[in-house]
Amino acid sequence: MTGTTETAAVKAAAGAAVPAPAPAPRPARLWRGATPWLFLLAPLTLLIVFTYAPIANMVAYSFTDWDGVSPELNFTGAENYSELFTRPELFEVFWVSGYYLAASVVQIVAALYFATILSFDVRFRNLFKGVLFFPYLINGVAIGFVFLYFFQDGGTLDSVLSLLGVETDRAWLGTPESANTSLAGVSVWRYLGLNFVLFLGAIQSIPGELYEAAELDGANRWHQFRYIIAPGIKPVLSLTVILSISGSLSVFEIPYIMTGGATGTETFVIQTVKLAFQFNKTGLASAAALVLLLIVLAVTWVQRRLAPDDKVDLV
Amino acid sequence: MNRRTLLALAVGAALLASGCTGSKGSAKGADAEAPDDPAKVDGTITVLTHRTDLVQDGTMKKYAAEFNKTYPKVKVEFDGITDYEGEVKIRMNTENYGDVLMIPAVIEKKDYPKFFASLGGQAERSKKYRFTDYTAVGGKVYGQSPLGALPGFIYNKKVWREAGVTQWPTTPAEFLAGLKAIKSKTDAVPYYTNFKDGWPLSQWTGVRGSVSCDEQATTRWAEGNPWAEGGELRVADSLLYDIVHEGLVEKDPTTTNWEASKPKLAKGEIATMWLGSWAVIQMQGAAKQAGADPDDIGFMPFPAQKDGTFCAVTSPDYNQAVNVHSSHKGAARAWIDWFTDKSGYAEDNLALSPLKDAPLPDILKPYEEAGVKLLDLDDSKGAELKTIENQSEVGINKPDYRKELVDMARGARKGDPDDYLDGLGEKWTETQKSLGS
Repeated sequence: MTGTTETAAVKAAAGAAVPAPAPAPRPARLWRGATPWLFLLAPLTLLIVFTYAPIANMVAYSFTDWDGVSPELNFTGAENYSELFTRPELFEVFWVSGYYLAASVVQIVAALYFATILSFDVRFRNLFKGVLFFPYLINGVAIGFVFLYFFQDGGTLDSVLSLLGVETDRAWLGTPESANTSLAGVSVWRYLGLNFVLFLGAIQSIPGELYEAAELDGANRWHQFRYIIAPGIKPVLSLTVILSISGSLSVFEIPYIMTGGATGTETFVIQTVKLAFQFNKTGLASAAALVLLLIVLAVTWVQRRLAPDDKVDLV
Repeated sequence: MNRRTLLALAVGAALLASGCTGSKGSAKGADAEAPDDPAKVDGTITVLTHRTDLVQDGTMKKYAAEFNKTYPKVKVEFDGITDYEGEVKIRMNTENYGDVLMIPAVIEKKDYPKFFASLGGQAERSKKYRFTDYTAVGGKVYGQSPLGALPGFIYNKKVWREAGVTQWPTTPAEFLAGLKAIKSKTDAVPYYTNFKDGWPLSQWTGVRGSVSCDEQATTRWAEGNPWAEGGELRVADSLLYDIVHEGLVEKDPTTTNWEASKPKLAKGEIATMWLGSWAVIQMQGAAKQAGADPDDIGFMPFPAQKDGTFCAVTSPDYNQAVNVHSSHKGAARAWIDWFTDKSGYAEDNLALSPLKDAPLPDILKPYEEAGVKLLDLDDSKGAELKTIENQSEVGINKPDYRKELVDMARGARKGDPDDYLDGLGEKWTETQKSLGS
């Protein structure tokens, strides 16, 4: 595999270098042409081996009845796809994504709020930045376990609430609504930091004299946000929205660890994993995964059409 | 051709190379014959095992040392794998999956000859060993479980006594009454679902054969509807539903914790759990650690009797097999034979011995006294059963449908249990029809 890629890449490099006009001696030219490719060799190899090749494999499996382990597999054409689209119940799980979609609105607004505040001169701003970003650094599986204790009967959440004098006696993961809301809350806690850092970076790249000029013109903080920051970070904002939507459609780790998809928290990815690894329908699951990929691509495309990526010009 | 086309070609070639997976040739139908002279067998064998605990605490090493007394030239190495099913399944796409391994549940029976070397004919092996049925393909046996278990309720004797129940319940209704008595007379949680971890719920499928007391139970499930009126899963799942519906379970099933449940049962904070005889040793261990009395841990059969006797079904653990690609099949076979016959592994785990003539372990002595009939199921339709289970996506050995049932019982999901179980039966029988059985 790797061998094929390497020789092909080198050949590609050599082939590309030959027809160019030739002032320098041949070997030097060859080297100059090959250098970028040599640098690219490692990342390209990794990219192809661990991203494109598995995807190609998955596409291939989606046309077979492979069970994930048997040495035999039969080509079944588009049968997996027709099964997928004749079973509407497989797509009902997308309703669960609604919770996460709603949560990502909260998440973006909160991230934007914190990023704006912390971009001004605030006391302990570096500490707050750290606090906000920290959850994103924790492994998703660990977060799942931590929050299981958090939500359990008499767990952290209940104790904190009782300290505040609120006595609740609810099972936080007990009903579909409550469970999905709780899980979406965990997901907000986790990804808030990422959005926050993206926004903060974008805000800080806005030149400082703009604020100064605005202040001289009598603009208050809200005006600064409305007319300088908001347009300044528009590209990052639209990127974040895209990431949030595709993230909401393919939620996996947190619900999988915490509830295993029980009590109405099953998402499309959990369902796909179950098809592949519980019921050994690797073919069907590959098709489902591919359909999810296409759905995400389609949503992204629609979004880009609705909100095109304009060049931002603040001055 | 320009740069871009060439790059695309290179990527395409790489993708094609990876796309040709599966359908590799296999050494089908090899035998792993038992060596005649123990002194002459040599080689290094790797044993893949799910018992990471035994690998870590050195118990497996002790077994290997004992084994070396008989087979001095064989070196045994252990590879303890935490996510045994998931990891071994992927390794089995190559030829490198140890010399001895536990057959993962995912492997279809008909594929056994492609992956494993045969241990001998079934007719001959079944005279000496239990569970030969479970790995027999075409009259040849491909694996051997080193121990067996009986499904049943693990219970805290003290709590049940306090509630005034001293006889094993003989019907689901009596069992429910017992749990209710525990709820009203003691502080214990009558039944613990282990809902969050899920797999303890899938253990309920172990009732197969216990209700009907029929050795052909597997065949009947594969050819009929186990959720039909009076069917075994109907009885078991309804009991589970009733237990949850009557509020005889823990307060919040969604955040249960298996490890924490063990000392709780040992101390009498939990009265009952449906597991199997394999769990007794773990509960007793938890009791010792928690300072409770290990003798309080009891074990009872499913509350159903046929002609006045309880029935309990013997079920194998993972079956050990020899990799068909192993270059030390003799040594591997020697290990399996020794581990099954002489290691004392089954006794160490208080489990049922795979040898037919071995005595019952202590924990099952009450079974002997109560005259519980031990049943060896005919597993000739086991493969069909598994196919239906997966094809229908009902998953009788998976926790999902019982989780939905429990959710329904505690009001977190709308629906009627009878309709729900009927629906499962319908899915089941439809799949049978589409598979043409």
